[in-house]
Amino acid sequence: MNLTLRIWRQTGPDAPGALTRYQVSGISPEMSFLEMLDTLNEELILTGEQPIAFDHDCREGICGACGMVINGQAHGPERTTTCQLHMRHFRDGDTIDVEPWRAAAFPVVKDLVVDRSAFDRIIGSGGYITAPTGSAPEAHATPVPKEAADLAFEHAECIGCGACVAACPNGSAMLFTAAKVVHLNALPQGAPERATRTRSMVATMDAEGFGGCTNTGECATACPKGIPLSGISLLNRDFLRRA
Amino acid sequence: MSNYLDYRLGADLADTRAPAGPIEGRWDQRRFDAKLVNPANRRGRTVIVVGTGLAGGAAGATLAEQGYHVVQFCFQDSPRRAHSIAAQGGINAAKNYRNDGDSVRRLFYDTVKGGDFRSRESNVHRLAQISVEIIDQCVAQGVPFAREYGGLLDTRSFGGVQVSRTFYARGQTGQQLLLGAYQALSRQIAAGSVQMHARTEMLDLVVIDGRARGIVARDLVTGRISTHLADAVVLATGGYGNVFYLSTNAKNSNTTAIWRAHRRGAYFANPCFTQIHPTCIPRSGDHQSKLTLMSESLRNDGRIWVPSAPGDTRPPAEIPEAERDYYLERTYPAFGNLVPRDIASRAAKTVCDEGRGVGPGGQGVYLDFADAIQRLGRAAVEAKYGNLFEMYQRITAEDPYRVPMRIYPAIHYTMGGLWVDYDLQTTLPGLFAIGEANFSDHGANRLGASALMQGLADGYFVLPATLNDYLARLPTAPVPADHPEIARVEGEVTDRLARLLAVDGDRTPDSFHRELGELLWDHCGMARSDAGLRKALARIPELRAEFWQRIRVPGTGEELNQSLEKANRLVDHLELAELMCLDALHRTESCGGHFRTESRTPDGEAARRDEEFSYAAAWEFTGPGSAPVLHREQLVFDHVHPTQRSYA
Amino acid sequence: MGPLPSVFGMALATGTGRRPSTLTTLWRSTVGKKAAMAVSGVVMLLYLVFHMLGNLKVFFGPGELNGYAAWLRTVGEPFLRYGWFLWIARCALLAAVVVHGVAAYQLSRRDLRARPQKYLHQRRQASYATRTMRWGGVILALFIVWHILDLTTLTVNPRGEPGHPYQNIVASFSTWYGGGIYCVAMLALGLHVRHGFWSAAQTLGVNNPRRDRTLKICANLLALVLTIGFLSVPVAVMIGVVH
Repeated sequence: MNLTLRIWRQTGPDAPGALTRYQVSGISPEMSFLEMLDTLNEELILTGEQPIAFDHDCREGICGACGMVINGQAHGPERTTTCQLHMRHFRDGDTIDVEPWRAAAFPVVKDLVVDRSAFDRIIGSGGYITAPTGSAPEAHATPVPKEAADLAFEHAECIGCGACVAACPNGSAMLFTAAKVVHLNALPQGAPERATRTRSMVATMDAEGFGGCTNTGECATACPKGIPLSGISLLNRDFLRRA
Repeated sequence: MSNYLDYRLGADLADTRAPAGPIEGRWDQRRFDAKLVNPANRRGRTVIVVGTGLAGGAAGATLAEQGYHVVQFCFQDSPRRAHSIAAQGGINAAKNYRNDGDSVRRLFYDTVKGGDFRSRESNVHRLAQISVEIIDQCVAQGVPFAREYGGLLDTRSFGGVQVSRTFYARGQTGQQLLLGAYQALSRQIAAGSVQMHARTEMLDLVVIDGRARGIVARDLVTGRISTHLADAVVLATGGYGNVFYLSTNAKNSNTTAIWRAHRRGAYFANPCFTQIHPTCIPRSGDHQSKLTLMSESLRNDGRIWVPSAPGDTRPPAEIPEAERDYYLERTYPAFGNLVPRDIASRAAKTVCDEGRGVGPGGQGVYLDFADAIQRLGRAAVEAKYGNLFEMYQRITAEDPYRVPMRIYPAIHYTMGGLWVDYDLQTTLPGLFAIGEANFSDHGANRLGASALMQGLADGYFVLPATLNDYLARLPTAPVPADHPEIARVEGEVTDRLARLLAVDGDRTPDSFHRELGELLWDHCGMARSDAGLRKALARIPELRAEFWQRIRVPGTGEELNQSLEKANRLVDHLELAELMCLDALHRTESCGGHFRTESRTPDGEAARRDEEFSYAAAWEFTGPGSAPVLHREQLVFDHVHPTQRSYA
Repeated sequence: MGPLPSVFGMALATGTGRRPSTLTTLWRSTVGKKAAMAVSGVVMLLYLVFHMLGNLKVFFGPGELNGYAAWLRTVGEPFLRYGWFLWIARCALLAAVVVHGVAAYQLSRRDLRARPQKYLHQRRQASYATRTMRWGGVILALFIVWHILDLTTLTVNPRGEPGHPYQNIVASFSTWYGGGIYCVAMLALGLHVRHGFWSAAQTLGVNNPRRDRTLKICANLLALVLTIGFLSVPVAVMIGVVH
């Protein structure tokens, strides 16, 4: 396959950026999108250009490090992470636009790399159950109804990639925040801190400069792990009941 | 450089920390003997933790809860991304919830035996004891383990073990456990008890007066090199499987932290003990950047076969039953497709070497679910393996319900690592290694669902207890910021980066890494021979020399420069590779993941040689390319009697 | 702070520290502000249902409608004085409009700030109703001003005869601009309600996966009924059924 890529290049956080055009050839449909970028980077290094910087690590869709907006869609046309997107979903001769996540709370570090540390601060403000090591009761002391466990798990699958924020026209982190709030609030172990957790995480989310939720649903559509939009409703309910 | 092979035998090494006495009481006794640091004084003691995986995340959170000042590092953009997150199967614990005869003693026995009698009994027993506490701790943190309708925890049997002791969270157990540790750590970061440095990579260790007192790290965004001082340094930086380039490790996993520590005096134990996982998706071409593992639970229902005749390129559906070779069922009728990982992997290599492999490059074997679908129905197969089939289809674009899957073994885990005593302290005082970074608990082969157990045991329970003792005995004098050693180590780090940038050659870091990986895979992979290892040992120094002449790293050191990161990690991989091969060459027995073609039973299986090799090989660094010194820790088996494994 | 308390410092700060009143917490957070929009929106929606039903009296002749309009001023007598009910309703509505508008304005500003840079590769997102909430809201706000000047204060009404709403309505809708403005506004209203009703349910946390479909159907039905009901009057005037 031969492709034309237009990739966002930006040397640093305060530097101006622009889409730069690259031609790549000999792309195999079996390649992942990141392997296609690897191929381009190998060429760039040998021609003396700086390779394109992008975050990635596990390359099996679970660490949440990778993420770029491909043709206007977070993680591209398939509902998966960028590392699990394969070139067979493109056609020979395609032009592909690649941009970083866009959100005020995710400033660009370089090229396609953005700073998502705001997510960590949201978790730090309440996305945990206070259970210092050694203080735990026997695991079977508190049975957890299967429905609660399943609801918790469904939301705990979030990988923190930030596609929800990138896809949201308001740069809102509601789906991310909801995923953790619902995960922990659904469990009996999380009940004691339910109110403080919900309040505090929403406050941090707001303070980090994310936008508000206008229920467009773009986040859930972009989520590679299928975190449901209904999680936001559950977060809202917990927040309003306990504000 | 041929004198690298002339390693010297140094003094034997022994663990002096495990108390004598009955094995069941040793951990209790050790904790009682350990000195404690007064809670009021803990704030003034700084501990550096490098890495935020299961071991590092758990350790950082727990030490901070105890009141220590923790300074923690990870090269990822967030502590939530460490590669523990990719573990699928589960975590073992001797809870005996199923009343199926499990016990601490049985988990201990299984782990020692599974490790092919190359691990330390005291450590493994402690691991089995702590396993039950881990489950309690994780449930309290809100880890959403699978549950039964009654609300109690579900377990399954895993990796051919006869008891059902594996706790799991669908196929994402590692993710859920890691997020639990990450959340506990995040709480401490927010409280100011842990000072977290993300996107910061440790590049060297600072040793002052014979003790580890800090690290030199590079801020990966700004390129700033800085020194961080502490009273103790904990390495939780994972394994070194990426030395093979293609592995199931994350792309950025690397050996730099433990290798730099090794160069500064910590002994490196059993580097040749690497684990190969039999059910990975085969590579699809030269562009392949990493390999993806699929849970070995697939072997419960899938049948493995290749065409009987070499060079048969017909599509699988056109190969009649009579012309298929179900080679595992044929060779190991008792265990069939469920033989242990190392045996299944080697058998796949053998049939592929005979030219009977399938798929691109002939590097694959079929894992066929046709019989299972016929027997159980498609719905049942889908319920069991649906997500794995989906993952396979996403990557290969082949429908495993209709076409047999193709699988091939891949490097998955490294049992070797920094040598540590019962306290998890390396041979360098003040330097501790936990999780996959140390060599301690798995011997020559790790059992499925035991990596998560070990990482969390080390991080939550073992290290916080033993580190106390070290800190309580350490003189409290802080290191002056202008200590000459700091400038010296910083200078070395800066020089090395500058050298990498200055070569301006004509080869990329990845091209060297691929070449190194192929060399190791061919000669120090699934089967190792004297001739092959010698070949690799001859080639590695050449490759290293070529690297320093031809490497090209664009950009500067004062910015986010991923090529520089790669090249710098590769420098250490190029040195480690040599030690791996030497270790493999010296161990002329086959055991666990280490298979020497010369050491086989009459029927071709791996033959262990206990009389000569019942020891852990701890290597001392003497200089780049110069012959290391071997220190042996003799292994004593008082509770589990070594037997030869047999699966025929 | 001693060594141990500092470990729990964060928990203290978020857990039991002095915190602002519930209303302040709500208004300051994006979630609470959205809830204020949802509640005020529901208030206006209820009003609109009654308003629409009242409007249909136009089809029963001037006596019926004018009588109904006069009755509205006497509701609650003798407890309330003449016209008081209407003023109370107007005050409540004004409050709802102000809360809805101010919250919308503040949230929109925040949302725009949270996503300062657009994607160069634009892709159609969400439904039309969802994407037009902001401008639709602005159109409706302008319409309300026009509507009051036209049929309440009669300032711009072509006939402007107090106490004769039927005649004023017919006069207004008989002009091309009067009918046109009204029709455009009612279409905007339909779109606004279509997303707004479901969105309010989501924001107030009453949505969940089981109810989602029902709520969306309700939203569509409500939007359709309101739009048709309101549009029937100007259409009837324009085609001469009502004169």
